[in-house]
Amino acid sequence: MITILYFASLRERLDCTREQVPLPVGTPTVGTLVEALRSRDARRSEAFAPGRAWRVAVNQQIADAATPLKPGDEVAFFPPVTGG
Amino acid sequence: MARVRVQEAPFDAGQEIAALTAGRRDVGAVATFVGLVRDLNEGSAVSGMTLEHYPGMTERALEEICAEAGRRWRLIDIRVVHRVGPLAPGEAIVLVAVAGAHRGEAFAACEFVMDYLKTRAPFWKKEETPEGARWVEARVSDDEAAARWRKAGPSGA
Repeated sequence: MITILYFASLRERLDCTREQVPLPVGTPTVGTLVEALRSRDARRSEAFAPGRAWRVAVNQQIADAATPLKPGDEVAFFPPVTGG
Repeated sequence: MARVRVQEAPFDAGQEIAALTAGRRDVGAVATFVGLVRDLNEGSAVSGMTLEHYPGMTERALEEICAEAGRRWRLIDIRVVHRVGPLAPGEAIVLVAVAGAHRGEAFAACEFVMDYLKTRAPFWKKEETPEGARWVEARVSDDEAAARWRKAGPSGA
């Protein structure tokens, strides 16, 4: 299993702060995880639709679609940051 | 004192600078940046905002940015304080203070830390406007400001 966190507008759109999901089958990466999430329901499909701007961190480090995943990872999805 | 702090409470820029230089005689320059909440953004009146962040990653990202500044310039110390939670127009959001022997590296490193913070530290602003609450959109100009440090190389500006 892996833990997914959502922040800011993405958290509100999905009405979800945190969830546990199984590791994607095959080659587990951020990209295959996003595909699995998109196929799960309409809200996730829309939130991660092509062209949507989202960022991802794996174990609190900035990552991308190619980043590999392993059991126990913490994956966070969020919109582009706006601090400062 | 920690180099990086994320807190709801207001900060006192003067106290932060005093702490940064206390007991030192090698600091010749302190460059500081303070970011404030404005009452206008994208054509709408802003009555307040709430800052959300990713606890844990935020501190780690800010520490990494400070470490990168330390690799690029000869610095004596850095302080970054970033507020989260509800904030009103006129309140300070962020402080970056960089101490060095001379002003050149202090100015450059201070701007670098802010440019990287704006694009790499996981904070998100939600503004309250007469039309309702809205998430602030990231600006392309912030990405461009951060990207120019990639071209500048280790010597900076």
